[in-house]
Amino acid sequence: MSRRNTILLVLFVIFLAIAIRLFTIQIIDKQYSETAGNNALKYVTIYPARGRILDRNGNTIVENKITYDIMVSPLLVEPFDTLALCEIFGVDRAYVRERFEQYQSNARKIGYGSMPFIKQVSSEQYNAFAEREFLFPGFDAIARTARIYPINAGGNLIGYVSEVDRDYIEKHPEYRAGDYAGKTGIERAYEHRLSGEKGYTVYYRDARGRIKGHYDNGSLDKEAVAGSDIITTIDAELQAYGERLMKNKVGSVVAIEPSTGEILTLISSPGIDVSQLAEINKYYKEISDNPYNPMFNRTVQSAQPPGSVFKLVNGLIGLQEGVLRRETRYPCARGYTNGKIHVGCHGHPSPINLTQSIAMSCNAYYCYVLRNILDNRKYDNIEESFNKWRDYVTSFGFGRKLGSDVPYELGGNVPTVNTYNKLHGKGRWKSLSIISLSIGQGELGCTPLHLANLSATIANRGFFYTPHMIKGTEEFPLDSIYTEPNYTMVDPKYFPYIVEGMNMSVYGDGGTSHVAQVPGVNMCGKTGTAQNPHGDDHSVFICFAPKDDPKIAVAAYIENGGFGATWAAPIASLIVEKYLNGEIAEGARKDLETRVRNGYLLNKVPVKKRRR
Amino acid sequence: MVKHRNPYRNLDWTLIGCYLALVLFGWINIFSVLHGDSGNIFDFSQKYGMHLIWISISLLTAVVIIRLLPANLWPSVAWVAYGAVILLLLATLVLGVSSHGSQSWISIGSFRLQPAEFSKITTALALSTVMSKYGFTLKSVPNILKIVGLLLLPMALILLEKETGSVLVYMGFLIVLYREGMSGWLITIAFLVVLEFILTIISSPYVAMVVAICIFLLIFFFKKENYLFGLIVVVLTAVALAFLPKLFQIEAIAAVNPLPVEAWLAIITSAIVLFFILQLIILSPRKQFERNSLIVLLCGILFILSVQFFYNNILQDHQRNRIDVFLGLVDDPKGIGYNLHQSMVAIGSGGFAGKGYMNGTQTSLGYVPEQETDFIFCTIGEEWGLLGALFVLALYLTIISRIIILADKAKDSFTRIYGYCVAMCITVHVVINIGMTIGLMPVIGIPLPFLSYGGSALLAFTIMLAIFIKLIFNEQRA
Repeated sequence: MSRRNTILLVLFVIFLAIAIRLFTIQIIDKQYSETAGNNALKYVTIYPARGRILDRNGNTIVENKITYDIMVSPLLVEPFDTLALCEIFGVDRAYVRERFEQYQSNARKIGYGSMPFIKQVSSEQYNAFAEREFLFPGFDAIARTARIYPINAGGNLIGYVSEVDRDYIEKHPEYRAGDYAGKTGIERAYEHRLSGEKGYTVYYRDARGRIKGHYDNGSLDKEAVAGSDIITTIDAELQAYGERLMKNKVGSVVAIEPSTGEILTLISSPGIDVSQLAEINKYYKEISDNPYNPMFNRTVQSAQPPGSVFKLVNGLIGLQEGVLRRETRYPCARGYTNGKIHVGCHGHPSPINLTQSIAMSCNAYYCYVLRNILDNRKYDNIEESFNKWRDYVTSFGFGRKLGSDVPYELGGNVPTVNTYNKLHGKGRWKSLSIISLSIGQGELGCTPLHLANLSATIANRGFFYTPHMIKGTEEFPLDSIYTEPNYTMVDPKYFPYIVEGMNMSVYGDGGTSHVAQVPGVNMCGKTGTAQNPHGDDHSVFICFAPKDDPKIAVAAYIENGGFGATWAAPIASLIVEKYLNGEIAEGARKDLETRVRNGYLLNKVPVKKRRR
Repeated sequence: MVKHRNPYRNLDWTLIGCYLALVLFGWINIFSVLHGDSGNIFDFSQKYGMHLIWISISLLTAVVIIRLLPANLWPSVAWVAYGAVILLLLATLVLGVSSHGSQSWISIGSFRLQPAEFSKITTALALSTVMSKYGFTLKSVPNILKIVGLLLLPMALILLEKETGSVLVYMGFLIVLYREGMSGWLITIAFLVVLEFILTIISSPYVAMVVAICIFLLIFFFKKENYLFGLIVVVLTAVALAFLPKLFQIEAIAAVNPLPVEAWLAIITSAIVLFFILQLIILSPRKQFERNSLIVLLCGILFILSVQFFYNNILQDHQRNRIDVFLGLVDDPKGIGYNLHQSMVAIGSGGFAGKGYMNGTQTSLGYVPEQETDFIFCTIGEEWGLLGALFVLALYLTIISRIIILADKAKDSFTRIYGYCVAMCITVHVVINIGMTIGLMPVIGIPLPFLSYGGSALLAFTIMLAIFIKLIFNEQRA
C-alpha cells in the first residue's frame, strides 16, 4: 500500500472515531442530553418559615416577619436608573458600584445565576421596588423571613439566627450559602425542628437566559415545609421580670418546676437584649466587647463554689451515713477550731441542733458533720470515706453535666482523691485538710443550674427530674432522661429534716433568710455566701415554695453581691412571689423590689482581661 | 458577445467551496454564541462584526495570492519568510501581550497578531523548499539535522510563549517526513507511546489496551495486505470491547467477582489475541514481522500497565498535578474536567438534529468556556446536532483528503511536500480541537481551522490554503 493511502486510511479511521464518539454522546448516552441536572434549568429556592418559639403559657417569644432579599442576575441587567434604585433601598451609589464590581470579578462563576443584591429589605421598601420592578430588569425579590421578638425576655436563652458561613457549611453540608441557621441557645439546640425544609421551583430558560416558564409543568418542583414550633417550659413573663431584677448585676437566676424538672426561668446577666438578636451582626462587636461577657451563659457555664447552701448536702449525707441525727447538737464559739485550723462563724446561740444549724447557717456545725462523715470508723481510710462522700455528692448531680438541653452546659467540679493526693501528697491529708468542703468552699464548682436542681431535689424530698427547657409534643416526645426521676443516694425519709431547717431559715429565730418571706407563701430557703479571693463575696440563695407541694424552686447567684441575704435572697424571693402570687405585695415587698431593681453592682465586679 | 474561456475554471472549486462553507458557518455560529437575536451581525464593534472584517481581509488576501502573485514566488521567498517569522516570534517574546496565560500576541496598530499561527506557513514553505531540492534524501545525516533544526527553532520559540497547542501542530510535519520516506515505525511507535500514555491516565488502562489491540490488528492486517478482513476484525473487536463492559455490568456478576469486569475482559481479550497471533506466526512464512509486531504489542501492554503504576505510585503529588494540568484534567477552580463536562453536555444535549440555530442554551448561557474560539464546535453540536457536527466533519475530511490526493499527484515535489504540510496542519488542528470538545483529547487551546473566532488563525489558514490552491492551479496549467 502506498504511503498516501496509509495516511488517508489513518485519517479516515480518526474521523470515524470522532463520528462514533459524537454519535455516542449525542444519540446513545442520555447522560448528556437535556435532563434535570441541565444548565438551562433554573432552581429558585423557596425558603420555609422558621418555627415559632412559644413559652409554657402559649405566649409567643419568637416569631417571623416577612422580609425580602433583592436578587440580581448580572447578565440580565440592562442600564437602569441607579439613583432611583438607591432611593428605594436607601443605599448610595458606591454600594451599587461595589456590588457590581464584585459580580464582575465573579462573572464566570455566576453566569446566568443570580446573586443577592440587598438582603432583608423591609416590606415598605419591597413594595416601592415591586411597583417599579419593570424599570430594573435583572432584579427580583425573594421572600425570606426574619425573626421578631414580641417579649423582651431570654435573649441568651433563645439565641440568635444568622446566615451560615463557610465553616458552618463545611460542617453541615445540607446547608447552602444564603441559608440561615440557629447559632446559639434554643435556636441552635432545636435547629433541626425549627428550620423546616427548603423547597424550589424549577424554571427553564432559553438561550438568552430568560425564564420561559415552569419546567415540565412543575413536576420537579418541591414545596417548602415550614419549621415546627417549639414550646418551651419558660414562663416568658417571669423571665422578663427576672431580667429586669437582674439589671446591672452579674450573675444568674434559675427557676425550676420541681415536679417536672421544667426550667421556668434561666437568666444570665448581663445578657443579650432581644432587640440585638435580630441584627446580631450589627451588635456583635458591641456584645463581644462588653467586659461582662453577655455571650457567656452563666447559668450553665459559670461553675463556682456554692457556699453555705452546700451545708444542706453535707447534712443529708451525715443523716444517711448515721453520723448525724436531727437532735445532734454541736457547740459553736464563733467558729470551729482544731489545732491550727480555724473556721470562723457569726454570733448565734450555742449549742444548736440540725434544724437550727441550717436556719442560722452555722459553720462549726458542719465542720463536725463533715469530719464525722470522713473519719467514720466503718471506712478503712480517708480515701475510702472520701470516695463514699463523693458518690453521695455526685448523686445530686454535682460534678457532672446534668444532661439538660441548655447548650454548652458544663459539669462543674467535685474534687477527687487524686485532687488532694496531688495537692497534699498521698497519705498526707485528712478530714481536717479538706474541712472547707463542709461549708461549700474549697475545690467545689457548681453551676447555678446545679444549685436550682439541688433546691428542686430537696423540694421533691429526694429526687429530681433532669432540668429541661423544651416541652414534649406528640411528634417529638421528651427523651426518657427528662421523664424519669433521679433519686439521690440519700433516703427520702431524711429530707423533711432539712426542709424543716430551710423553713426555719425563713421564719425561725435567728434564721438568715427572713428577707425571703413572701406573703401568703410558705417559703423554704437557704442563704449562701461564697468566699471569693478576687473581690466581694458572691451572694447565693436557693429556695422553693410552697413548703408542701412545691411549685417552684429557685437558685440565685449574684456575683460580688456580699451576703446571701443581701441580694440573692431578695431576688429569688421576688421571683417566687411573682410566680405564685402574680404580683408583688404593696409595702415592704414593693420597697424591696424597688431596692433590687435600682441595685447597681457592676462596679463591684472585677473586670478580668478577656482572653482572646 | 465574445465567449471567453474562463482561465479560473481550473481552480479547485471543491476546496474553495468547502473553505467558504466552513468560514460562513463559523461566522454565523460565532454570532449565535455571542449575541444571537439581540444583535446585528454586521455590528463591527462586536466580535462577530470584527470576524467579518477578518473574513474580508482573508478573502482579499486569498484573491491576491491566487490571481496576482506568481506560483514560483513561494519557493523563492520561503527562507525570507521563515526568517521574518522567527524574528517576529522573538519580538513577541520580548514585546508581546499576555492573554490566557500565554504570551503570544503582538500588537500592530489596533490589530493583534499571533505570529505562532503564521510560523506554520513559513515552516511549511521552508520545509518544502529544503526537501524538494534535487537529490534530497532523508537518509543523509546532514539533511536530517537540517530538517530537525528547521522544525525545532520555531517550536522552541513557541514553547517559550507557552503556546503548547501550537507546538503539537508541528508533530503533524512528522507525517510529511513519513510520506517523503522516513520509516513509518518511528512515527507509529512515537504516536503510540504518547497516545497510550495519555489514554491510560485520562481514561483507563482498559481503554488504552483496547486501543492498543485495535491499532495492532490494523497494522498487522494492513501489512499483510488483508485490508477488508482486517478492517472487519478491527471494527468488530473495537465494538465488542467498547460495549462488553456495559453488557457485563450485572450486579450478580460484580458481587461474586473479585476482579473488576474490565480486568477480566482485558485478560480474556489479550489471551484470544495472543492465540490468534501465535497461530498466524506458525502458519505464515514471514515470521520476522509477526514476531516483531507481537513483541511491540506485548511491550505496549506492559507499557500501559507500567504507566498506571508509575503515575500512581512513583510520581510525587506535584508532578502528577503538573501532568494533570497539562492534560487538561485539572484546569479549573470548579474541579477536574469542568470545561470538558460542560462542553460534552452542550454537544450531547444537541441530539440528532440540534436545538436549532440560536437556541442553544448550554453554550450561550456561558457554561462552555472560550465558546467562540476553542470551543466553537460545542455550539455546532448543540444547535445543529449530530447532523451539523457530521457536516463539519465531512467538510474537513473532504478538504484534507482532497489536498492529499492533489498533492500526491503533483509533478513538482515542492507542491507535493507543501500540500502534505497543509493537510497535516489542518488535520492536527481539527483532531485536537474536536477531540478535546468531545473528551477524546486533553483540553489544549488550539483553534478549529476556518471556523473559530480569531483573525490570526483565520488569515493564516487562508493564506496556507490559498498558496496550495495556487500551486495546484499552476500545475494544471503547466
